Amino acid sequence: MTELLQQLINGLSLGAIYALIALGYTMVYGVLRFINFAHSDVFMIGSYVGFYLAPKLGAGSVPGGLAVLFAAMAACALLGVIIEKLAYRPLRNRSTLTVLITAIGVSLLLQNGGQKLFGPNPRAFPKLFPETQLHFGELTVSSNQLIVLAVSVFLLVMLWWIVHRTRIGTAMRALSFNATAASLVGINNDAVISFTFALGSALAGAGGILYAMNYPSIDPLMGTLPGLKAFVAAVLGGIGNLPGAALGGLLIGLVETFISGTRASTFRDAIAFAILILILLFRPAGLLGKMRVEKV
Amino acid sequence: MMKLSPDTSRRGFLTLVAAAALLAGCKPSGGSGSGGDTAGGAASTIVVGEFASLTGTEATFGKSSHEGTLLAIEELNKAGGVLGKQFNLITEDNRSTAGESVTIVKKFISRDHVVAVLGEVASGRSMEAAPVCQTAGIPMISPSSTNPKVTEIGDYIFRVCFIDPFQGKLLADFAAKTLKAKKVALLSDVSSAYSDGLGRFFREGFTAGGGEIISEQKYTSKDKDFKAQLTAIKAASPDAIFVPGYYTEAGLIVAQARQLGIMVPIFGGDGWEAPELIQIAGADALANTYYSTHYSPESSDARVQTFVKAFQARFGGETPDAMAALGYDSAMVLADAMKRAGTTDGAKVRDALAATKDYPCVTGKTTLDSARNASKAAVIITVKDGKFKYLETIQP
Repeated sequence: MTELLQQLINGLSLGAIYALIALGYTMVYGVLRFINFAHSDVFMIGSYVGFYLAPKLGAGSVPGGLAVLFAAMAACALLGVIIEKLAYRPLRNRSTLTVLITAIGVSLLLQNGGQKLFGPNPRAFPKLFPETQLHFGELTVSSNQLIVLAVSVFLLVMLWWIVHRTRIGTAMRALSFNATAASLVGINNDAVISFTFALGSALAGAGGILYAMNYPSIDPLMGTLPGLKAFVAAVLGGIGNLPGAALGGLLIGLVETFISGTRASTFRDAIAFAILILILLFRPAGLLGKMRVEKV
Repeated sequence: MMKLSPDTSRRGFLTLVAAAALLAGCKPSGGSGSGGDTAGGAASTIVVGEFASLTGTEATFGKSSHEGTLLAIEELNKAGGVLGKQFNLITEDNRSTAGESVTIVKKFISRDHVVAVLGEVASGRSMEAAPVCQTAGIPMISPSSTNPKVTEIGDYIFRVCFIDPFQGKLLADFAAKTLKAKKVALLSDVSSAYSDGLGRFFREGFTAGGGEIISEQKYTSKDKDFKAQLTAIKAASPDAIFVPGYYTEAGLIVAQARQLGIMVPIFGGDGWEAPELIQIAGADALANTYYSTHYSPESSDARVQTFVKAFQARFGGETPDAMAALGYDSAMVLADAMKRAGTTDGAKVRDALAATKDYPCVTGKTTLDSARNASKAAVIITVKDGKFKYLETIQP
């Protein structure tokens, strides 16, 4: 029983990070209908921003740790906007496939540029927050796990508030329903798209910091696997659907953790992806996605 | 390359055929690539190829090993070289990835015409390169690949370190005698020949001594999250945990184990030895952890101290680790064999290497046995207050 609860906590804190990354994929898909493959590398950049800023912002205390977290989010938001402006905006009226290939190109640029700039070797990520272990009977929860959960929940609530309770959020939703109609009623589509990229990339930056906090060894290719898992999570939840992405992230994290703790641990990724295939067989639009008839 | 005139390319082809015919006399030549002056001894320098993981996940090992080899070559050249010729060391990086080493070694043989190959730390990558050297009849010395299969590939493949059956047995004795453990949990890397092998030999030795492997968990290299496996291990409440992996993952495993409140001793093999281990895991988490390795710079042996001083003078005060010492030894053993053979001819150097007996290496007296493996002592290191400390030496 204790083991089960412990695995549940482990799985939730991993899943929360997947959820943060998955939201970025799903938001960009929502407004532009393409998968931003460079997203997982923005996540990596987030960790490196933390790595370089941590000594300067006084990491190791709560205010210092939060400062690093916000700095990484801001830097990633800026990076997201720049990527959109330079790489995707010139292709706005081209086919989605062109943009998709460009996204893969941007991803490769960030990965290899990162290897050149940061060096290809794994680095040890510094401690951001004071660490303690909390014991509940046999159960152990590290303060880092709690921080991951708290920050993720806070960011999810903030995101929900922005999307549903602010003018820019309403504009985002309008754009996602029908871009032409949105521009007809006076929405500045370019500004809204920039904002979407900023928001999604900031979440990826936060994810990068939280991931590196829990697994303190970072390298320029670290984004690939979590990015892939988060992409799967977004599809699983129904791509374009925000609560779906969060749910998908948590599910993937939990499934992975529970399988890792058994004898079948080497089949972890295989089983996680098999579950994805099964769900998509029965619910092609994902768990919370709505079936949409493609207009011809 | 594309603009070779038909004439030049035919000449190139003829040289190749001639060289292949020359080689065919003594050894079956490897494919289309081998040839040149490898056997002829016409070259003015002795060209030695070294493939190493200078970047990527095992970069620390690759860099140390390379620096050791480089120091040895420089010392040899300063002393006048071997057979009146200077060494020319060509180093290529395989970025710690699978598949690169084969390409590199093929290039060494066909384009650089090396007479011997040195490399690598990781067993998996040494095993990739070894068949190429074997077919071409070029002696290859691995400085620190400990998986037994490496030298089983052929009679041209040697190593200057001890092998995993010895290391596994030694760690089993260490767990039973020094740690007084009866139930041990095993967490190994399925994607690494080294980790898988060392785990297996440990289990054989430990269960033969009356111990029990109470939980067995796996991970894959580049994994970051081990909490699930560690939670399962915690539920089995072992006396100690054996992690036969490399430092990148071992560091995270130790840190996460301590976060989950697992305070029992955690120990591993020579894959742990890197300063990054302390950075990744943190000094506190590493209390009560141990690993076996090839040598300790704290040894009072005059040979070790001379080596440590020379290394520090050459590489900015850095203390050489076991990989550096083995990299150094691999080049020295090769030079010694060439001296005794009196030639750089592949087959004769091979015979001389096979006859190496009690050669005074930095990592202890080394004899290459009939299976081309080194038989030598090992040391156990522990981590105290964020520093590696020598614990004990174990003779074979």
